[in-house]
Amino acid sequence: MKSDKLKFLVFCLVVFALPLPLSTGYLTNVLIFVGINSMLALGLNLLLGYAGQISLGQAAFFGLGAYGSGVLTTQYAFDPWLSMVLVALVVAGFAFAIGFPVLRLKGHYLAMATLGVGVIAHIAFNETVDLTGGPSGLSGIPNLSIGSFSFDSDLKNYYLVWSFALAVILLSLNLVNSRYGRALRAIHDSEVAARVMGVNARLMKVQVFTLSALISAIAGSLYCHVMTFISPTSFGFNISVELLTMVVIGGLGSVYGSILGALLLTLLPELLRTFQDYDIVVYGLLLVCMTIYLPGGMVRGIPALLRRLVPARSGNA
Amino acid sequence: MLRLEGIGKRFGGLTALQGIGFTVAKGSITGIIGPNGAGKTTLFNIATGIYPPSEGKVLFEETDISQFPPERRAQLGVVRTFQNIELFGKMTVLENVMVGLHTQSSSGLFACSLRMPWQMKEERRIREKAKEWLEFAGITDLADVEAGTLPFGKGRLLEIARAMALEPKLLLMDEPAAGLNSRETAELAELIKRIRDHGVTVALVEHDMDLVMDICDALVVLNLGTMLAEGTPREIQENQAVITAYLGEE
Repeated sequence: MKSDKLKFLVFCLVVFALPLPLSTGYLTNVLIFVGINSMLALGLNLLLGYAGQISLGQAAFFGLGAYGSGVLTTQYAFDPWLSMVLVALVVAGFAFAIGFPVLRLKGHYLAMATLGVGVIAHIAFNETVDLTGGPSGLSGIPNLSIGSFSFDSDLKNYYLVWSFALAVILLSLNLVNSRYGRALRAIHDSEVAARVMGVNARLMKVQVFTLSALISAIAGSLYCHVMTFISPTSFGFNISVELLTMVVIGGLGSVYGSILGALLLTLLPELLRTFQDYDIVVYGLLLVCMTIYLPGGMVRGIPALLRRLVPARSGNA
Repeated sequence: MLRLEGIGKRFGGLTALQGIGFTVAKGSITGIIGPNGAGKTTLFNIATGIYPPSEGKVLFEETDISQFPPERRAQLGVVRTFQNIELFGKMTVLENVMVGLHTQSSSGLFACSLRMPWQMKEERRIREKAKEWLEFAGITDLADVEAGTLPFGKGRLLEIARAMALEPKLLLMDEPAAGLNSRETAELAELIKRIRDHGVTVALVEHDMDLVMDICDALVVLNLGTMLAEGTPREIQENQAVITAYLGEE
């Protein structure tokens, strides 16, 4: 317990100090997306890594959050903070409602159903041109502000986004190390045994699905205000796959793993700009290699790999 | 305590059970025996809500629980163990038992994620209580071991500790001695008697006749999906129909 708190504090300090030596706005900008992706990956990890329920529709909730905030603030002149709260609640309500039928399904069928939700949302963003601007996107979204203080620079937005991300990380850490988190992991390991232990598996799965949608929607709202411009390509199927890759690469059922996954997969496309059009192939390859060679993800796999290498070396000497 | 009335179960055209009716008396250890394919496990799954009966009723303390899902039965005090052990393999032994205390705690999503003071207190209580149940089953030294790595016999003990953590009124055990060696079976017999002395009614499906005759107060014999006999172990041992079912005609 003590070391968990310390770990989180150190992490906070790193997050706080990271942009200070960076003179270029470009890297700070990338780190903002690491923060947003961390929230999204963590939301998915609660569902997939802890409760063991897959979702290929996370981009839909992310997009609903972004478009909800975007449309309300540009077309209807809503206050950005108010619209963020409203949109988050509506998206959570929507997830809760579809959660009951969708989460009755298991495995591939669940993947297909959530994929369907993602595809439908993506089509809606493209086709409701009057509201969303369609494929050409929605522009002129205001920055967030508190009083007269406006989050109008990369550095300000960095701290804004990471405050939210850190809050999500802290709440997730608390959740997974509690009665609730244990019940989720129990459902993952053996749903029938969890139910026999009195765990209402059906309800809990829907609750955690709702929570992951809520987190994604908030990340979406932040995204639209940081970017001030959004278009449907940011919320397509490949984004859902990217999020899945982050979670698997970082480590299923590991909170910090999701952050690591988000960091790697946000930096990777920046490093591999030449692959741009084939990025989904690279993600696919990464997923395959990870599940074969490091099934526990990086946060577990790399220490295990080191432990294997270190005694081997001392053995040779 | 538990009363079954005219239970029948059909899977498609196959009749697995028909006209099963008996009572598990409060405070007893009741054994359900029968040759392979007699329908013992099917009956168990109906009693614990894995699936509903095609006909008939399951009554627990005079409440009709036939259509209740397993989690609701668990909350009422009907808990089971599994023939092939259903542990939470990636969790530690202690955490497994802590899940067993789920029904005796109440912190929800918000209290847990915000780490409310009462939730922290409840968490400590769960941990202490779980340790007591590990001691009850004699596996305290394994508390931090990942449950999936346990040998079969220890896994069985953990499953029992986890079930006892719910403080059930009725514990249903599906072949608890399956896969255990003779020493482990003897220890199991002692443990089951201690569970009964703890005030828990026990019903078990079992193949090991020595164990059944040793610990059970009452027996129910099934054969080909129907009730063959009911009585004390002594009566059953002398029952001609039972002997025929097990050994064939002379």
